[in-house]
Amino acid sequence: MKPKESMPKIVIYEQKCKGCELCVITCPKKNLRLGQKINKKGYHYIEIVDLEKCNSCGLCYQVCPDVAIEIWKDK
Amino acid sequence: MKKVYCKPESMTDIEHKYCPGCGHGLVHRLVAEVIDELGVRERTIGIAPVGCAVFAYDYWNFDVTEAPHGRPPAVATGIKRVLPDRIVFTYQGDGDLAAIGMAETVHAANRGENITVIFINNAIYGMTTGQMAPTTLLGMKTTTTPFGRDKNLAGYPIKVCELLATLAGTAYLERCAVNNVKNIINTKKAIKKAFEMQKENKGYSLIEVLSQCPPNWGLSLKESLKFVQEDMTKQFPLGVIKDIYA
Amino acid sequence: MKKLMKGNEALGEGAIKAGCAAYFGYPITPQNELTEYMSKRMLEEKRVFLQSESELAAINMVLGASAAGVKAMTSSSSPGISLKQEGLSYMAGCELPALIVNVQRGGPGLGNIAGSQADYFQATKGGGHGDYHLIVLAPSSVQEMFEMPAQAFALAEKYRNPVMILADGVVGQILEPMEEVKVDSTYHGDRSWVLDGCQGRAPRKIRSLLMEEGALEEHNIKLQKKYKVIKEQEQRCQKQNTEKADIILVAYGTSARVCYSAMLAARKKGLSVGLLRPLTLWPFPVKAIAELTGTAKAFLTVEMSAGQMVEDVKLAVNGRKPVHFYGRAGGGMPTEEEILKEIEKI
Repeated sequence: MKPKESMPKIVIYEQKCKGCELCVITCPKKNLRLGQKINKKGYHYIEIVDLEKCNSCGLCYQVCPDVAIEIWKDK
Repeated sequence: MKKVYCKPESMTDIEHKYCPGCGHGLVHRLVAEVIDELGVRERTIGIAPVGCAVFAYDYWNFDVTEAPHGRPPAVATGIKRVLPDRIVFTYQGDGDLAAIGMAETVHAANRGENITVIFINNAIYGMTTGQMAPTTLLGMKTTTTPFGRDKNLAGYPIKVCELLATLAGTAYLERCAVNNVKNIINTKKAIKKAFEMQKENKGYSLIEVLSQCPPNWGLSLKESLKFVQEDMTKQFPLGVIKDIYA
Repeated sequence: MKKLMKGNEALGEGAIKAGCAAYFGYPITPQNELTEYMSKRMLEEKRVFLQSESELAAINMVLGASAAGVKAMTSSSSPGISLKQEGLSYMAGCELPALIVNVQRGGPGLGNIAGSQADYFQATKGGGHGDYHLIVLAPSSVQEMFEMPAQAFALAEKYRNPVMILADGVVGQILEPMEEVKVDSTYHGDRSWVLDGCQGRAPRKIRSLLMEEGALEEHNIKLQKKYKVIKEQEQRCQKQNTEKADIILVAYGTSARVCYSAMLAARKKGLSVGLLRPLTLWPFPVKAIAELTGTAKAFLTVEMSAGQMVEDVKLAVNGRKPVHFYGRAGGGMPTEEEILKEIEKI
């Protein structure tokens, strides 16, 4: 899964997410939230609020216990 | 576009069985990142405990063996003594390491085995659903201390790093936490240092990680993070407890 | 050239000659000479020796060394062997080869330090939790103490199963002339499971925990198939004067030594007596005993216990002929005269 060129991006592996919200409370831009949809394990999983606002700082990756987040950045 | 943060090679794609917000997955990833960064994945052998992390061998992408409850330090000793050029580490919880396995822990440390021990202290037995651990705080309610841990009935929480610091065989002991970004980054630094020391044959190291267990503590995630920060660190202060090379 | 050696030391030298790369042990009488011998010889050979903090630790160090793909062993005596049962169950579940030596002493509990054969049930029926078996060998001389480690390692590696040498305090302590014959030191069987770092291959895991639906049952079926093959192919025993003998003595280890003298004395008196000595206690030499039920009139099992192996003799005889028992428990040793008297009673 490769995000579009030159767009700071976050990839959320929704099946790995357990909706613990560690990333939600950590994101400095308050740019993550728990979504309405449920994954196959039965958890609501997180989603990004505004992709444009994400600056790929990676703090959400740092705190994720389930390696459910991947961060891409412009070179 | 370039991937800047992603699953380390030393982790598999298997989804963790841990509860939401649990610190185990975090520490698994930190260990995996360190092993990747040191380039030792193909010569690492891990030892999984009995407890919540019993399935750790599914999550790591290198050789891993199970061990009977509390015996990882003895198993690690057996492996390291016959394969001294491999990187050997144990990953143990508080019940495994400080209750049933205390003898193995103390003696592997005292022999100065050139191994790394990753010790998850969440002050409770997670897998068996919330009984008292040797590190349970005084007054803390668990399913076997329903009125709170009473020192007259169950003694005191054990400070593992401080205990092991008295042994001449230990080289590096640090206590960290994974309740916020700063502490997580620090934990990774400590784990990396411990593995580097093993690589350089510098002896026994143990990294104690204070970790949240929201469901068994009966707390929300936010309350759990606060409990680590305010209550656990009071009993178990963070920082380097011993470093003979400092 | 023959030399004089103590049983425990001969076993140590035999293990070294068999290629044992790592020894882990904890002191307990009457097997201390073995640990002490290894503490010197293993270091001379630049191999691994470690005095562990407990028998629990020792067996788990063996588990680790075995997982890492080397010939590893531990030794102890009865109370210490009880402590090793946890590790043995795990090793049987994980299918890890290793050598465990039990120089038996009197029990139950702390018992005494005299030779005994009261750990037969524990050794041959599993010992720890779960449906499993150890392969069990029974030496009765210093020569066999020297030769059996190589056989034990070969069986352990061939079947990926822990093997126990079930000796006793007497055979461990006696001094006897023995010959350092050449023994096999190669590593037998495949090594596709060894944990030595995943360089150039996929990572491996060793585990006995099988939580997936049906996985543990499937694993047990696989283990039982292996045990069946072992039972069919590895029954070993020594027969002396058993052909056409009326009375067959069945005894192993030190008891078999006394039975041998009793048999000779009985034959001098004109009694038709033979001796069958199991070399493997598990698998038990069922076939050899069953065959003798055609010609023998009765069996007499002699043990340094209250009667343990006799149950397996009865199963092998399967009611076709009477099976008698004579034993001394608590570290007592049957004498030639006592056995002769029992023979004459039949």
